[in-house]
Amino acid sequence: MSAIDINALNVWFGEGDDRNHAVKNVSLKIAKGESFGLVGESGSGKSTVLRTLVGLVDDWDGRMEVDGKVLGRKRDGAFYKTVQMVFQDPYASLHPRMTVDQVLSEVLKLHGFKDVNDRVNRLLEQVGLGGGFRFRYPHQLSGGQRQRVAIARALAPEPRILLLDEPTSALDVSVQAEILNLLTDLRAEFGLTYLMVSHDLGVIGHMCERIAVMQFGEIVEELDVENMRKLSATHAYTKHLLESSLGSVR
Amino acid sequence: MTQPTAKPQETLGWRAWLTADVPASRAQARAAAWFNGWLRFRSNTLAMVGLIILLFIILCAVFAPLLATHDPFVQNLGNRLQPPGADGHIFGTDSLGRDIYSRLLFGARISIYIVLLVALVAPLLGLIVGTIAGYAGGWVDVTLMRFTDIFLAFPRLILALAFVAALGAGIENAVLAISLTAWPPYARIARAETLTIRNSDFIHAVRLQGAGPVRIITRHIWPLCISSLVIRVTLDMAGIILTAAGLGFLGLGAQPPSPEWGAMIAEGRKYILDYWWVATIPGLAIFSISLAFNLLGDGLRDVLDPKEAGR
Repeated sequence: MSAIDINALNVWFGEGDDRNHAVKNVSLKIAKGESFGLVGESGSGKSTVLRTLVGLVDDWDGRMEVDGKVLGRKRDGAFYKTVQMVFQDPYASLHPRMTVDQVLSEVLKLHGFKDVNDRVNRLLEQVGLGGGFRFRYPHQLSGGQRQRVAIARALAPEPRILLLDEPTSALDVSVQAEILNLLTDLRAEFGLTYLMVSHDLGVIGHMCERIAVMQFGEIVEELDVENMRKLSATHAYTKHLLESSLGSVR
Repeated sequence: MTQPTAKPQETLGWRAWLTADVPASRAQARAAAWFNGWLRFRSNTLAMVGLIILLFIILCAVFAPLLATHDPFVQNLGNRLQPPGADGHIFGTDSLGRDIYSRLLFGARISIYIVLLVALVAPLLGLIVGTIAGYAGGWVDVTLMRFTDIFLAFPRLILALAFVAALGAGIENAVLAISLTAWPPYARIARAETLTIRNSDFIHAVRLQGAGPVRIITRHIWPLCISSLVIRVTLDMAGIILTAAGLGFLGLGAQPPSPEWGAMIAEGRKYILDYWWVATIPGLAIFSISLAFNLLGDGLRDVLDPKEAGR
């Protein structure tokens, strides 16, 4: 049984003439414990796949399964205990008036945990933030620290699947490396399944075992990282993509 | 400013506890946040002036029976329209020979009561309607906003008049009528704010934790709407007092002989050219309370927005 199984997913925005078919007939299978990368340029629909999976997009058809359970129109609490998401921009994903403690405790309470205090401390430790950051507001944190808080929030319900929507693209290079290492460590520690979206092949090459390349809302090719490193792609667009970011892969 | 400094040693420890860089507990963090807010507020001189004026007026209202020199209701037609300072009347007497100073003190009770009640009811109503409309969208939004438009389409005083006429004259009904006419602008503001917030990632993030719409609106959207509403409320304070006065003038608000400030101005209107103090003194009182609220609102906005702290 795979962790995520998406079959013939179609997503569109708008009605009538404005209708924009953002994702066309996308199928994906991600095994448990795997780290899967979704690559493509801006507007290729890769983030939309993630957003649809977690229920932030309403207009879709197709079949989506998580842990063998078919997803309907509404997601329930059990789903959010299994699947969590880290957003792209840590400057926009934290409530400006809530301290780190408030953010994490609210999430823990929503999932019905009792030992909130201990868990907040443990979460902060897991993402490499000390207790000193617990009562800070987001504007008192750097971009990297914010993204660590966002990762802690995603880890709070103890999910098995983490969706990463370009988790490092808003950060500068040295901080990117820290966050990527943190994500690698967390995956090893908790046996998480990752579905990661990025336009940065260097990041994907570092994090993922298998990738799918998207263009204009369609998946044009799926290949594993070995083949990606060897540039042995078959589709013209994939070749072009790999060659243009050659330097960062090697 | 925190504690009377009987024991300076202890006060110092208290301050250190409040300003600790790394709070040890949630209670300490909250206390420190309040303390920081207070420090920020205190550093805003104008806001402090506003707070002091307001406290002064409230104290006057509370201790009116002790401070008043005359009975505010006793008429003395032989002694009417005396200038300020004459015969022990600090602010003079009005057209029925009543002591204006004493009436001012007792009137503060009524005016503050009206203002505070309206300032609580109207923004709350607007906040609820506006955020629900903004967050729910679709037909809920359309229905609520058209409803708001209907209220906005009437001149405020006329609508208030209609309400009071329907509900019956009196201060409580005046408050209700003013609140019912004052909420639409707040709903508009709250809706506009909600529309910018509802699609942000931090709202998505909390939705992904399984939070329902009620929690999202009250816990996550309201705190971000409050500061712009506070500004608007403080700007509206003067208008609220004047609307109450207008209702009083038309015999639909505070009933004579109760010494409501607006009604006092309305009474003095007839004599304004020959006896300026009858209308001017309550006018100054209204001016000072509106000014106090405006200054206070400015300071509160700075405190309510922690991001402003660093600037």
